[in-house]
Amino acid sequence: MNLAYRDVRHNFGRFMVTCFGLSLLLGVVLAMIGIYRGLIADALELVDTIDADIWVVEKGTRGPFAESSRIPRDTRNSVARIFGIKSVGAVTFQSIETESDGKKLRLYVIGYEPGQLGGPKYITEGRGLTGRNFEAVVDSRTGLDIGDHIQLGRNGFTIVGTTVNAVSSGGEPAIYLSLDDAQKLQFDLSPSATRRERARGAVVVNSTDTVSAVIARTSPNASNDNIVKTIERWKHFAAMTEEQQGIILTQSVVEKARKQIGMFTAILILVSAVIIALIIHTMTMDKIREIATLKLIGAPDRVIIGLIVQQALAMGLIGFAMGGLLIFNIQDFFPKRLVLQPMDGLSLAGVVVVICLLSSIYGVYTALKVDPAKALAG
Amino acid sequence: MTENKKPLISIKNLSKHFGEGETRVDALRNINLDIFPEQVIGLLGPSGSGKSTLLNVIGCILEPTRGQIELDGELVYNDRWLRSDLRGLRLEKVGFIFQAHNLMPFLSSMDNVAVVLDLAGYSASAARTRAGELLEYLEVGNRVEAFPGSLSGGEAQRVAIARALANRPRIVLADEPTAALDSERAGIVMDLLRKVAIDQQAAVIVVTHDEKIYDRFDQIFHLRDGILSQT
Ligand SMILES: Nc1ncnc2c1ncn2[C@@H]1O[C@H](COP(=O)(O)OP(=O)(O)OP(=O)(O)O)[C@@H](O)[C@H]1O
Ligand SMILES: [Mg+2]
Repeated sequence: MNLAYRDVRHNFGRFMVTCFGLSLLLGVVLAMIGIYRGLIADALELVDTIDADIWVVEKGTRGPFAESSRIPRDTRNSVARIFGIKSVGAVTFQSIETESDGKKLRLYVIGYEPGQLGGPKYITEGRGLTGRNFEAVVDSRTGLDIGDHIQLGRNGFTIVGTTVNAVSSGGEPAIYLSLDDAQKLQFDLSPSATRRERARGAVVVNSTDTVSAVIARTSPNASNDNIVKTIERWKHFAAMTEEQQGIILTQSVVEKARKQIGMFTAILILVSAVIIALIIHTMTMDKIREIATLKLIGAPDRVIIGLIVQQALAMGLIGFAMGGLLIFNIQDFFPKRLVLQPMDGLSLAGVVVVICLLSSIYGVYTALKVDPAKALAG
Repeated sequence: MTENKKPLISIKNLSKHFGEGETRVDALRNINLDIFPEQVIGLLGPSGSGKSTLLNVIGCILEPTRGQIELDGELVYNDRWLRSDLRGLRLEKVGFIFQAHNLMPFLSSMDNVAVVLDLAGYSASAARTRAGELLEYLEVGNRVEAFPGSLSGGEAQRVAIARALANRPRIVLADEPTAALDSERAGIVMDLLRKVAIDQQAAVIVVTHDEKIYDRFDQIFHLRDGILSQT
């Protein structure tokens, strides 16, 4: 006869309310982990989507995401001539705020040369850019549809295609423009800054014909590290591999936020542990008389331990499952992306099991110490 | 007739006191008592005289201060417990009917009885059959699926009696088993205890204030301020 089950069944409502409370808590923990993963995924998404093996940026910077970088567009020609380079592209990046349907919309403008590297990875609807002016491809998260018009700077753009997985490390959805349009936009939006750049003139040969970075893919048997070294020897450029760019993004761009969320998640797990321990202890204390009676009628310790531990585990796992279900179903309502990974879910389930077992120790200890004579008092 | 058998319960020079100094209560003073198979014994005495204490000590629930307890030929206490697995002993040999019946609130009447059999290793169906018979006999067969919270005092008491007797104990200790029962039901309970004494060669001790059952005992003992005497 499974006493844990009988007790739960008899107090089903109360047990489920407890599980539900716990599920909210564990749901928040799960959401926190999802936010943490989402932050990292957002940070890396663009680099993953662009999928370049080599990033070439302005010397002395760790651009184009962590710091701003400006190099001449024709750098791509020099890069293309390096042995082992298969294809190249020149790209610009810029955050911009505009309006759509009367609502503020933050966009991440990516300028690239159609036909070269740097464009959207997939076109989910419509078509890619062809080189004609004032056309754009947008990430579906912008909420814009094909045929929509959007005002950027002095010009209106027509959406001709949509894509996915293109979002800046800050979570702004991307809008792809042709490099010429993007450069014009940059020039329109910050004429004074551009003028200063022009005055400085060091790297910038033709002041408006600059890009944020030049990207390249290498042939399978080429050594990316050697290519990076080659470019580093050039006077005005810094280079890094895709992996290094990823490290810069996670470590410097989102590092603080990452630590913040990581720490908060740890605190939440700790709080959950304490609450689970309290619930289990209360559950045990509520049954102290029954436990004493079990001892009176001769039940061995393992029956009493089973009663407590099984209920603790059931509560933890049901609470976890409900919490998981809850977050899974509402994940799309979060303003920023939640990334719910099965492994994270499994790990948290493991943590919950461990917490339940550890929390049971106190309850079990109390239960085993109970004097059976305690059940005799009227 | 009983004298040529070995006693099932044998108690020698047993004392129990609570507290020390000013607050010391001598609940049992130098008790000697032998109870044989088939005997149904009445234990009477004013409130606070030590009746429950004596039952609890015999049932190995409470540790005495000094003396000897022998149950079914096994010396279990000699100024200290000689057996570590007292719960196993209780499960196997002792049926305890508690003053406050102590049913599990989350188990039905049936399961409250069956749980003892389950612990004793009966199969689920054998446990239910045995529990059902006892409950039927005690006239609570119509309440087998009810939970203790919905039982009347007398019904709960009879379920507790069924639980105590389920595993066919050879030592039955009953603390006021008929307190909540009318005389007819009290008679049924006493008949059952008598039947158990004979069928299982058991020794039965009944603590009671219930005058209507005084004539059901083979012997009656009195406790007064922890001192035992026989009438
Ligand atoms: N745990 C305890 N601590 C201190 N004193 C106790 C304890 N249990 C019982 N006593 C005392 O021991 C004496 C005997 O108590 P016991 O419960 O055996 O009486 P009783 O004969 O069963 O009374 P009643 O008829 O009221 O049930 C009483 O004076 C009681 O106060
Ligand atoms: Mg008493």
